[in-house]
Amino acid sequence: MSIALRQPVLDESAVRDQGGRVDLVVVAEMVAPGSRVLDVGSGDGALLELLATTRNCDARGIELSREGVNAGVARGLAIIQGDADVDLAHYPDDAFDYVILSQTLQATRRPRWVMEQMLRIGRRAVVSFPNFGHWRSRLDLLVNGRMPVTDNMPIAWYETPNIHFCTIRDFVALVELLDARIEKAVALDSSGHRVRVNMPWWVWNLLGEQAVFLLTRKA
Amino acid sequence: MTSFVRKDVASNTAAEARREADEPHSPVVRFGAGAPLRLDAGVELNHLQIGYQTYGEPNAAGTNAVLVCHALTGDQHAASLNPVTGKPGWWETMVGPGKPIDTERFFVICANVLGGCMGTTGPASTDPMTGRPYGLDMPLVTIRDMVNAQAMLLDHLGIEKLLCVAGGSMGGMQVLQWAASYPERLFAAMPIATGARHSAQNIAFHEVGRQAVMADPDWRGGRYLAEGVTPHRGLAVARMAAHITYMSDQSLHNKFGRRLQNREMPTFGFDADFQVESYLRHQGESFVQRFDPNSYLYVTRAMDYFDLAADYGGVLANAFRGSKTRFCVASFTSDWLFPTEDSRAIVHALNASGASVSFTEIESDKGHDAFLLEEPQLFAIARGFLDSAARAVGLPAGRGA
Repeated sequence: MSIALRQPVLDESAVRDQGGRVDLVVVAEMVAPGSRVLDVGSGDGALLELLATTRNCDARGIELSREGVNAGVARGLAIIQGDADVDLAHYPDDAFDYVILSQTLQATRRPRWVMEQMLRIGRRAVVSFPNFGHWRSRLDLLVNGRMPVTDNMPIAWYETPNIHFCTIRDFVALVELLDARIEKAVALDSSGHRVRVNMPWWVWNLLGEQAVFLLTRKA
Repeated sequence: MTSFVRKDVASNTAAEARREADEPHSPVVRFGAGAPLRLDAGVELNHLQIGYQTYGEPNAAGTNAVLVCHALTGDQHAASLNPVTGKPGWWETMVGPGKPIDTERFFVICANVLGGCMGTTGPASTDPMTGRPYGLDMPLVTIRDMVNAQAMLLDHLGIEKLLCVAGGSMGGMQVLQWAASYPERLFAAMPIATGARHSAQNIAFHEVGRQAVMADPDWRGGRYLAEGVTPHRGLAVARMAAHITYMSDQSLHNKFGRRLQNREMPTFGFDADFQVESYLRHQGESFVQRFDPNSYLYVTRAMDYFDLAADYGGVLANAFRGSKTRFCVASFTSDWLFPTEDSRAIVHALNASGASVSFTEIESDKGHDAFLLEEPQLFAIARGFLDSAARAVGLPAGRGA
């Protein structure tokens, strides 16, 4: 993550080779330069910093953990301590060009409500999440009969804050339910490489360890 | 010992404090009758004077001014020796060379509030028209009046824009009022441990304090200065009650528990058996030596009247509509006087108005007073926020950077 921070330009392969967060680069690439951005679940502000330095964005965050907020604010980032499940209601319509939910969807209590709010507050929404449909998760369940514990999902079921896991197919179904349009979609395999674009959904759902979606309202 | 105010000491320091009201040991600006301050009470205050302190140097571009606003019983001596008490400034943890509000980088201004008793016009000041103290003839003042007076001071000092306005508690109320009244003059704002309105509970506590002052026979209907007495018992009780609200159950417990004061056994009387009693009595005693009782009535009243949303159709977000100011809001977990919900209401309004805002609730067991104390998290946040603001206006990097 810190490697991505020091990276002045968005270079997926360089970040990947250095073991950085490729998903953050993919997210940042989906954001047009100079945009107003709200990052929901901004952690310590790594993505905010990336957006500010490489995309010249007015980037703001909401983060639940006090440690994350304090670390970010101490670096001069605009982050508020708050709960996405509650606090998104206080933002007006169309307040941002993009609302980002990076690796946070699975930790919200009300994923559908959060997604609705994102599409209300922002003209576009960018969502990245770990794919529970990845072959290794399926294999864990099938062979061991246990909830998967992987690099991306390292915490046991009884301790994880991730309470709403979904697969890529599940997510696409929710997008349809919300009457939103998928503008772009990227799936990253376990080595951080993009799954080829011309593959069908079921391949993405099997090979993608993480997915990043750019959405817009249809209306 | 039954009376807990030692008159010998009190009279000397109190006389010193009394002199500060008109002739402060700090710079003072006196506006003549030609420059009245129009008050919310609907009258004009002529011959306004403002006692203030500055720290550091203004830069040529005029981009490094930081206004610090003090709380209820504070004064302009934020980072310099207090001339009455001889104690360090009230915010030396935050303001000074190399501190978060770095006086090597920033030109820091702190003014005694309107209604105060340390050199800015208040009930203890001499009314130039009569030659006697204003007393209760002083019109009631509001937080907005205080801020308008500070704006006059800045005009006088030739400061057009502020890099930041910062303050806690009532100081934070002034910060919010600044942001609402003069958004074009503010680049950044840091309201700490405060609220956009005074709660019913807080008004209630203030009323207890005021009643204690007014119930003292030496208050003399507010004319005690003319009659050569002071309602020090009443003011001491007011301070004791208020002081409890500045601490938390936990901090009182940590500091005193049920420990006895210099004795093995309770005395079965009403002397200060417990350390916490002795401490509160001391707080009351030292306070009456430096603070004017009528000033306490006026400034608490100003806080009670504060309800920023009410001035904007009942919608707080409207107070910040279109504001380009960036905000950093902070609260403390154990502060029950201005609890986190108050700060969150400010943050929600700022979000709704589209303003740039940072907000954090700092873990502390020190209660409301935490903003004045050693709180490394607060310092880190304030430093980061101010650094970022300074960078944005093109100030050179500070020592710590």
